[in-house]
Amino acid sequence: MWKQHHRFERHSLWLVIGITIVVSIGGIVEIAPLFWVESTIEEVEGVRPYTPLELAGRDIYIGEGCYGCHSQMVRPLRDEVERYGHYSLAAESMYDHPFQWGSKRTGPDLARVGGKYSNDWHVEHLTDPRSVVPESNMPPYRFLADQDLDQHAIQAKLRAMVAVGVPYTADQVENATADLNAQVDPFASETSALRSRYGPRVAQGDFDGNPERLTKMDALIAYLQQLGTMVDFRTYQAEDPENLR
Amino acid sequence: MPSIATPDADTPSDVVALFLFLGVAAVLALFATGLTDDAAFRFHGYILMAASVLALSAMTIGVAHGRFRSDPKRYEDGVIRAGVIATMFWGVIGMTVGVFIAAQLSWPDIFYFPEHGWLNFGRLRPLHTSGVIFAFGGNALICTSFWVVQRTCKARLAGGIWPWFVFWGYQLFIVLAATGYVSGITQSREYAEPEWYVDIWLTIVWVAYLFVFLGTIWKRKEPHIYVANWFYLAFIVTVALLHLVNNAAVPVGLLEARSYSAFGGVQDALVQWWYGHNAVGFFLTAGFLAMMYYFVPKRVERPVYSYRLSIVHFWSLIFIYIWAGPHHLHYTALPQWAQTLGMTFSIMLWMPSWGGMINGLMTLSGAWDKLRTDPVVRMMVVAIAFYGMSTFEGPLMSIRTVNALSHYTDWTIGHVHSGALGWVGFISFGAIYCMVPWLWKKDRLYSNALVEWHFWIATTGIVLYITAMWVSGIMEGLMWREYTPDGFLANSFIETVSAKHIQNVIRTVGGLMFLSGTLIMSYNLWRTIRMPSARSSANVPATTIEPQLLPAE
Repeated sequence: MWKQHHRFERHSLWLVIGITIVVSIGGIVEIAPLFWVESTIEEVEGVRPYTPLELAGRDIYIGEGCYGCHSQMVRPLRDEVERYGHYSLAAESMYDHPFQWGSKRTGPDLARVGGKYSNDWHVEHLTDPRSVVPESNMPPYRFLADQDLDQHAIQAKLRAMVAVGVPYTADQVENATADLNAQVDPFASETSALRSRYGPRVAQGDFDGNPERLTKMDALIAYLQQLGTMVDFRTYQAEDPENLR
Repeated sequence: MPSIATPDADTPSDVVALFLFLGVAAVLALFATGLTDDAAFRFHGYILMAASVLALSAMTIGVAHGRFRSDPKRYEDGVIRAGVIATMFWGVIGMTVGVFIAAQLSWPDIFYFPEHGWLNFGRLRPLHTSGVIFAFGGNALICTSFWVVQRTCKARLAGGIWPWFVFWGYQLFIVLAATGYVSGITQSREYAEPEWYVDIWLTIVWVAYLFVFLGTIWKRKEPHIYVANWFYLAFIVTVALLHLVNNAAVPVGLLEARSYSAFGGVQDALVQWWYGHNAVGFFLTAGFLAMMYYFVPKRVERPVYSYRLSIVHFWSLIFIYIWAGPHHLHYTALPQWAQTLGMTFSIMLWMPSWGGMINGLMTLSGAWDKLRTDPVVRMMVVAIAFYGMSTFEGPLMSIRTVNALSHYTDWTIGHVHSGALGWVGFISFGAIYCMVPWLWKKDRLYSNALVEWHFWIATTGIVLYITAMWVSGIMEGLMWREYTPDGFLANSFIETVSAKHIQNVIRTVGGLMFLSGTLIMSYNLWRTIRMPSARSSANVPATTIEPQLLPAE
């Protein structure tokens, strides 16, 4: 048996081929089934693609590296469910490209932070975290309120999302810029075009306390305020056979 | 009488090819910079343009002076010397950023600057991780692999000027990645943060690296490929594979920095942690095991303990490692069968890891006295011991019930640093302490006493760091799940944050000590390089160098 190994030691091409095969097996067996085993993602009501403003806010969340300290994945453990809310479902992040589950909780989990605090609290907390939570070691994000949101690529962003499989409609892509600006309109009606496209529960209004400008703070808070709010858990039956994975 | 030849006819083809490649890169950068609406993208366009123009100018001057002619009878050591300097340079930067962000978590009022968002923890954290993993570790891997493959194949590096392209191209990758992080350009994939165009650049550099390495193996004058080269090859090939799959993304536009991952949600999570764990397995383990398999036997002048164990170690390690990713996703929305597979293979991984540790440690058989007399040997042996410790801790933490406590806590950070500081750091330091006198033709290091200081300060720093993180990690894990007798959660989240303050401070001190060791090392190496040369001939022909290394059989 040991003699057979000479083939790999004397021929670099055999060695490269051997390595490639040996390191491919595990990944293929573990990852590939996730794309075709249907029970991987539960069937739930309510999960929708992000509005353009939320998507822009999510890009800020990513750019600032929030995922380094905040997870977005509540585990089905008693203390986590009581602390944060219902454990996270795969369906809730199915439109997340990339996912934001995180790996570290230097700060608390954010999977269900949406609606937990007021917009004003978020502005205050992001501007100076220690003014509301004295023991916090979170960085200050005052500058987000001073910087206008860069909107130039918002339609291209929705198109890229469509390309990776997020079901934005042609109507939504077409009106991306209009929807982005409509979401911070403090006088929006219950039947706005934005809500007709993204659902009646979309939060609309001024987020950063400064109705004069559309800032990065607006976008980030819009993103935070919808986190974990899309699924109506009264309709989710955890014990149903199709939900046992 | 000097021969009169036209310089053009003499310019080697590899130089011409690189010249054309850089010309194309410069033009592309010019168009990208001029046409984009994205300020971040334009900024990177300027950097690429400046780099291409600098490289083209340097090459023009070089060609005009008749440089870049490689002598096949001599080893290519210049690029390795550059690699050693780059390793130490980036090591100091990456570790300094690490100490800084540790200080931010300890004293947020002092180390955060509200007016300078780019200095926030979230932006600097990837700068630290990429700085130490890819800039420090990557340069150490590239330069030691260039040394090892030449010596064990008895052949000059293949590709003429292209090893220099690998070196400078990799530095450019680091600069693009680092400047991107601080200006908010990131994919948010841990240890794969650079955006799509930086990924493409790294792919080009990496393919060049693969061909330089393989090309040297093809030219070898030894019938066998030495065991260290198997590990280097597995590292290069697998990292290429991981990089290509994990960075599959759709850019928002060809002139936009932002891209969106081709995968979403649960699939994206597993692809990322399949990558993330194998960045540990193949970048931080396989490549550095290659260092162990060359520099330990070389330094103690003993053959590798067991040839058969090397074979078993190699194939079982690379086969099993690739399965371990899902242990980063225990109790998440990832299907349980995948979690169980990941846990099972993670526990199995203990065996090949310890097989490799035994093979490295037992290589000292008959030379254990060197632990006492040679601080460089001691450094490498302690590295192997830390390797053994963290590869025991890893499988333990991958058990689902243990992970329920350890996940999301500082315990993970402690685990990573026992591997990163203890194993990756120390084995690289050992290899560089070996190589510097060889590369600069000195008969010894400037000061062994300074190596002793480096060793003890850094070791103490690691111990402070990892014990502080064990305590804070297990403490916060227990506090999160603590209940009052009435059945309510005992602690609010912020109470677990303030409880960790003293551990955060100890961690900062430990990190500062490790950084101090690296600074001492840099000084020692600088003085070594400035010492008078031991031998008069600057370049010894390759054919006359007989590696003392014994083949692995």
